[in-house]
Amino acid sequence: MRPSRLPLILGLVLLIGGLSVASLVIGPAPIAPLRALTALASDQGSATVVVRDIRLPRTLLALMIGWIFGLTGAGLQGLLRNPLADTAVFGAPQAAAFGAVLVIYSGFVGALSWMLPFAAILGALASVALVVTVAGRRATVVVLVLSGLAVGSLAGAGTSLAISLSPNPFAVTEIVFWILGSFEDRSIVHVWLVAPFIGAASALVLSSSNGLRALALGEETARSLGANLVRLRLLLVAGAAIGTGASVAVAGSIGFVGLVAPHLVRPFAGYDPARTLVPSGLAGAALLLAADCAVRLIPSQTEVKVGVLTAILGVPFFLWVIARRKAELAEMPI
Amino acid sequence: MTELSARGLSVDLGRRHALSGVDLTLRPGRLTVIVGPNGAGKTTLMRALAGLLAPAGGQVTLDGRPVTRIASAERARSIAYLPQGGSVAWPLPVFEVVALGRLPHGEKPDSLPPPGREAVSAAIHAVGLEGFGARAATDLSGGERARVLLARALATQAPVLLADEPVAALDPRHQLVVLEVLRRQARAGRTVAAIMHDLTLAARFADEMILLNRGRIAVSGRPETVLTEAELAAHFGIQAHVSQDGGRLVVVADRPLPEPGQDAV
Repeated sequence: MRPSRLPLILGLVLLIGGLSVASLVIGPAPIAPLRALTALASDQGSATVVVRDIRLPRTLLALMIGWIFGLTGAGLQGLLRNPLADTAVFGAPQAAAFGAVLVIYSGFVGALSWMLPFAAILGALASVALVVTVAGRRATVVVLVLSGLAVGSLAGAGTSLAISLSPNPFAVTEIVFWILGSFEDRSIVHVWLVAPFIGAASALVLSSSNGLRALALGEETARSLGANLVRLRLLLVAGAAIGTGASVAVAGSIGFVGLVAPHLVRPFAGYDPARTLVPSGLAGAALLLAADCAVRLIPSQTEVKVGVLTAILGVPFFLWVIARRKAELAEMPI
Repeated sequence: MTELSARGLSVDLGRRHALSGVDLTLRPGRLTVIVGPNGAGKTTLMRALAGLLAPAGGQVTLDGRPVTRIASAERARSIAYLPQGGSVAWPLPVFEVVALGRLPHGEKPDSLPPPGREAVSAAIHAVGLEGFGARAATDLSGGERARVLLARALATQAPVLLADEPVAALDPRHQLVVLEVLRRQARAGRTVAAIMHDLTLAARFADEMILLNRGRIAVSGRPETVLTEAELAAHFGIQAHVSQDGGRLVVVADRPLPEPGQDAV
């Protein structure tokens, strides 16, 4: 009686394949699709340099980061039984960016480059833990969103303070990059840096699927069905923090992909939180790949930052979800 | 045949002693109804019996084994618990909600083996919701949703079934439907306990009753032993008229009695 997820997953994989090719093709130096694919496999001179060194890293990063944002968005929405939950609503990207900015500002990044992802992960972890603690287990959506707003604002204020106190204009440029979010000028080193964290975060979130199913009926019923809620919260908060922190460390603050992706797949995958995880991750990857292709097509002097585009598209979507469901959201506990 | 017992059970909620020295035994084949005034500790007792609250003293045992020491999956297969006023967070189809009752058996709603599928269908049939399988649980009336959640508890096929106010949101007809389901479960050899507020209805269906007040068992036994005018005055603070109508106990609450130190109303 349940529709199979296979056509949806296959469709999303094909879409991601198409967008990945588009991402290798689109840019200031146009390269035909076939040539771009040939340049990946064999030496085609300058085309190979452009495709392998510039476009492949940003394609892989958009794919991996979109995947983890979509996956954690679906996981957090399942955990909080709330269609508005997302790391961006918790202020996590801002907090991760603040963690990264602190490392840049303090000058550690020159000597200890590995500190950047860890600082960003710590920032994200602190923000998610703070929001969940302040909002409490039975908080309403209003309390949740207000707590996230406060934590995000605090992290933003910390970043602004770092900018205003920075004696070095180059550090300011770096810091602004982390606030806006972009895949520009990323290399394969960034891909290797972020991949293990995204792998770990994916494993954490995916292992929570049975607990998320039981949680659809509330905490009391979930516990009576044998779910370990302490473990479930730890898995998802850690997964969300590691995924967001590592992503922000290499691409800056990119929000709202995790909010939007689960809503896009539910009409096809159904509302079972466990069944939305993988399709949401794939939809997140497709969304971010599409956004990164779009910023390269927008005519402008310098490239529009992808984090700006996701916010411009994501915030109206957030407001639309609130407007559509405001009656039930007013009473909904988390 | 599974027996659930509490011996010297005490539970603290924060600084409040919610339960003190509770001794009881829920036996297979019996429907036990727990009654008591608001704040008496009924829900706390049921949560402790389900192994969801750690006792401050004493213990709850399932066939002699302390429930808090039983692995959560095994406990979930042995004790089905229906909390008060349960909700469904997402617009899941009724069949999928009921199928969540199979999670303790390691069966996922999207890949139920034939016995699990039969258990789910039988549970939906038991609460009279055939034909509702594909409807979203969030689109149902309060009464229909309460029956879906009861079906979810039945689908586990646990030997013990604990239900916290299972008929609170239901119209008279569906109250009878649900209580008949609980009685049938007991007659099939399960150990069944339910919290109720309608004393006449409770008396009609209960094999045994427990009257809880201020965290202690005030009186327990057959309904006619528990529901006397003197006990109702002492523990519910009401002047009630208890009569027999064709062999059935009828409790009519006449008026509230003044609280100690208060003038009569």
